[in-house]
Amino acid sequence: MLTKRIIPCLDVKEGRTVKGIHFEQLTDVGDPVELGRHYARSGADELVYLDISATQQGRNTFTQLVERIADGINIPFTVGGGIGTLADAARLLDAGADKISINSAAVRQPELIDQIAGRYGSQFVVVAIDARQDESGTWHITTHGGTRSTSIELFGWAREVQERGAGEILLTSMNHDGTRSGYPIQLFAALTQSLRIPVIASGGAGSVDHIVEVLTQGHADAALAASIFHYGEATIRQVKETLAEHHVPVRL
Amino acid sequence: MIAIIDYGMGNLRSVENALHRLGTEYELTADPVRLQQADRVLLPGVGHAAEAMARLQQARLTELIPNLRRPVLGICVGLQVLCRHSAEGDCDCLGVFDTFVRRFPDSDEAKVPHMGWNSIGNLDGKLFAGISGGTHVYYVHSYYPALCPDTVATTRHGDCLFSAALKYENFYATQFHPEKSGEVGERILRNFLSL
Repeated sequence: MLTKRIIPCLDVKEGRTVKGIHFEQLTDVGDPVELGRHYARSGADELVYLDISATQQGRNTFTQLVERIADGINIPFTVGGGIGTLADAARLLDAGADKISINSAAVRQPELIDQIAGRYGSQFVVVAIDARQDESGTWHITTHGGTRSTSIELFGWAREVQERGAGEILLTSMNHDGTRSGYPIQLFAALTQSLRIPVIASGGAGSVDHIVEVLTQGHADAALAASIFHYGEATIRQVKETLAEHHVPVRL
Repeated sequence: MIAIIDYGMGNLRSVENALHRLGTEYELTADPVRLQQADRVLLPGVGHAAEAMARLQQARLTELIPNLRRPVLGICVGLQVLCRHSAEGDCDCLGVFDTFVRRFPDSDEAKVPHMGWNSIGNLDGKLFAGISGGTHVYYVHSYYPALCPDTVATTRHGDCLFSAALKYENFYATQFHPEKSGEVGERILRNFLSL
C-alpha cells in the first residue's frame, strides 16, 4: 500500500535556505544540501526546494544548486519558483530535479503543462495552486504568491490541469497559509474526491494534529510543511509516529 | 569496470549520482566491447517501453544484452525491456525474464501512476541481503511486471500484486528506483555491486 508522504519545503534565496533554526547535527543550516540531507535522514519522503531569489544571478545560482542537491540527496525532490518556459523545465531536469512545480506560469499559459508533461512525462509536473475563498464561499485561484486575484474557479482549474497532464496538484489555501490554524479539511476532501491525481496539502500546519487531519479526513496524499519542521516544533518522525497510531500508512 | 548503458533513454543522472554517492567509478557507454568487458552493467530507463526497445535496436544492443555474462541490473523501464512483452506500445521485449508487463487498471483506491513509497515483501536472494520485508522503496510507473517464477520481491498496489524485483541467472531488475529509495536503495545497489 502506498504511504502518505511528508514533505518539508525549503525556501532558497540567492543559493541559501531562508527559514530554519539551528539543528544540533548541522554546522550550516543555510546550506540547502546539508539541510535537505538532514531531512532525508530524519524520514522525509520527498523534498521541495522553492527558489525565491529576486535577482537573475540568484536564479542562475539555483540551477547549479539543483545539481548539488541531486548529487547529495538520495530521495526524490521537486524544484519550483520562476519556471516559465519549457527551456526552464529542461534545464532543471538536466540538473537532476525529479519534478518541477509551476504556478503562475501555468495560469498565464496553460499549454505549458501540456508541453512539459508531453515531453518529460506527467510524473515530472506538479502544478501548484494558491486558492482563496471569497465571502460567498467560492474558491478562486490567485497568482504571484497570492497577491493577484483571478476569476478562475478552483475545481474547474484543478480538473483542467489534470487533463493537461499534471502529475500532482500542490494546493495552498491563502486563507490559511501562515496562520498555523490548520488546513481547510472539507476543501481537501472535496478536491481529492474530484480528481484522479494525487493532491499535496500545503499551508496552515501549526501542529502535528493538523497534518493528521488533512491526511485522514481531508484524504490528501501528502502534506507539505515548512515552519513546523524548520523551527523544530515537531520532527518528521514524530509526525509519522502519530500518523501510524491513527492507522495511516507511513514509511518509518 | 561498472557500465551504465547510455542508449538515449531519459535522464541517467540520478543513477550516476547514486553511484557517485557510493564512491563507485562508472562509465556511460553503448559500446558493445565495453559492455562485454564490464564487471557490472546497469540498464536504467525512464519513459516509454516501446521507445526504449526502439532505442536499444538503434544502438544494436538487443542481441548483446541478453548474452551478457556478468551481473546486469535493470531499473524501472530497464526492467520492463528485459521481460517478454510490454503492453506499453504492444512491444516484444528482450525475453530474459519469463513475464509480461501490463498496465495497472484505473481505480479510485489505487491511483495510476503508482507513485510514491510502497513496501516490498517476499524478498529472496542476495540483492536484498540485510533488508527486511515491509521496507519501503520509491516507485513511479503505470505498467507493472506480472508475478512469475523469476519474481524475487513483490509489492501490492490496490488489488494488484506484482513483481517488485526479478532475477534470472546473472540478470537482476527492480521496478522501483533504488537510486531514489534512501538508505534502503543504497543498500540494494551496494548488494548488486558486491554480488
